[in-house]
Amino acid sequence: MNITNIKKQFPIFNNKVQNNDLVYLDSANSSQKPQVVVDRIYDFYTKEFSNVGRSVHYLAVAATNLYENTRVLVQKYINAKDPNEIVFTKGATEAINLVANTFGQKFLEEGDEILLTELEHHSNYVPWHYLRKSKGVKIKFAEFNSDGEVTLESIEKNITPKTKIIAITHLSNVTGAILPIKEITRLAHSKNIPVLVDGCQGAPHLKLDMQDVGCDFYAISCHKMYGPTGLGILYAKKKWLEVLPPYQGGGGMIREVKKEGITFGELPNKYEAGTMATAQVIAFGESIKFLNKIGIENIEKHENELTKYGEEILRKNNSVKLIGSPKNKGSVLSFTLDGVHAHDIATILDEDGVAIRAGHHCCQILHDKLGLSATARASLGVYNTKDDLDKLNESLNKCKKIFEG
Amino acid sequence: MDLKDLYQEIILDHGKNPRNLKKSDNFNKDAKGHNPLCGDKVHIYLKVDENNKISDIAFEGSGCAISMASASIMTDLMKEKKEIEVKELVDDFLEMIKQNPELKSKILGENEKTKLMSLSGVKKYPMRVKCATMAWHTLTAAMKNTNEETNTDKFE
Repeated sequence: MNITNIKKQFPIFNNKVQNNDLVYLDSANSSQKPQVVVDRIYDFYTKEFSNVGRSVHYLAVAATNLYENTRVLVQKYINAKDPNEIVFTKGATEAINLVANTFGQKFLEEGDEILLTELEHHSNYVPWHYLRKSKGVKIKFAEFNSDGEVTLESIEKNITPKTKIIAITHLSNVTGAILPIKEITRLAHSKNIPVLVDGCQGAPHLKLDMQDVGCDFYAISCHKMYGPTGLGILYAKKKWLEVLPPYQGGGGMIREVKKEGITFGELPNKYEAGTMATAQVIAFGESIKFLNKIGIENIEKHENELTKYGEEILRKNNSVKLIGSPKNKGSVLSFTLDGVHAHDIATILDEDGVAIRAGHHCCQILHDKLGLSATARASLGVYNTKDDLDKLNESLNKCKKIFEG
Repeated sequence: MDLKDLYQEIILDHGKNPRNLKKSDNFNKDAKGHNPLCGDKVHIYLKVDENNKISDIAFEGSGCAISMASASIMTDLMKEKKEIEVKELVDDFLEMIKQNPELKSKILGENEKTKLMSLSGVKKYPMRVKCATMAWHTLTAAMKNTNEETNTDKFE
């Protein structure tokens, strides 16, 4: 795997950012886009554009085929059984809202429990929160340990006869912990509890096999996977999509509409009301091809090496404190720097072209537990190199210098 | 852009050793401020006497160097100021951060003005402006003794 060649495929790196070479360490927030994805959007709008699924003219049929091709590409990529188990949404957030809303409506009653973890991003907590008011359900949080991990035991401890669904992150966007989702699913299924996995951080970095994991729902954010914004994916087992009610009503998702009543369409249309993010879906097909070409195993290996290197140099830096040290860790390095607030770090690093994230990373529960209002986070993608991490470390030393005077 | 404009000596000093950072025991007005984007928080306590003058001011909070320095410098300057002067100074500061090259108010002496102008570096960093202005908006809320939290989403 030749990183120089891979990096060349990302046009963002061709230009200087504020007179600096860009050191992009914010991929957990959103990844950069390869040229093929950008080109695909341009080509679709300039040469092939039409709405999908409705008209019978040439362009409409071609666009529909392109749109459905991506569904099959995604199905194969995550090893789902059926393309109809792939639902396009406006983001992973909407994917989780879809499940919380429809599952909640159909299956949850007062006193039922939803089990989350303390690592969850707000997008895998807030959608469930609404059910507290509307349904009177209780939300429990499986604790993370001192390494920033949520173990199978921590999940098991929190399961009660009232637990009706478990919703967990695949990979923490703060501590980097990779959760044992297969084991958690097995345990949950032995108690007839379905499992939703928030795969926002997992999908861009880890090999996905829905048949192996066995989870019921898996939410994906396409813009974190070298794809366009405004697009997410909900993988859901067919048995769920068949029994759950529709999420949003509108054109495209109906079978028959009469004044007296409405019948709904078949999968996957049932969950794709209105005109979808057509260009983004078609362009996301290129993201999947891009990932397939490099091979997710190679990406994982590359990012693992970089993460280890990053941990090593940051540990050597006495002023830096890494947040979490999970045994099974993704390419996320969250840290604090003695005497310098995360936002000041981010501003100072930015002057050197080093783009990181600072704040609570949409994980206030986690930060509250750690007693921190903000942390700094460097997160990696396929285009990163050891040089990038060296530059990060150099800039951190500059922060120290400025603040120590 | 120049980091030295943003992180001037005086900012670093007030950021590291904020003045008036304590919970006041003897206050009659207060308000809380919050920046939901970054989690910065401030709680301003005022003792306003019968002549509408701030006889004591303190704050609690956590945040970046800019927000801590801003609250620290502000609380220093507001001691012994009358309500009408507080309003003038807050407006003047916010206008300076937004657009004015200098402070216009005649209330402050040259030294005090220089101190306050040290925060003008944030002008070049739009994402950091709210760090500098949160305490000032919260002070306005405290003067009104509002119970509602001042949220940076609500002001420009």
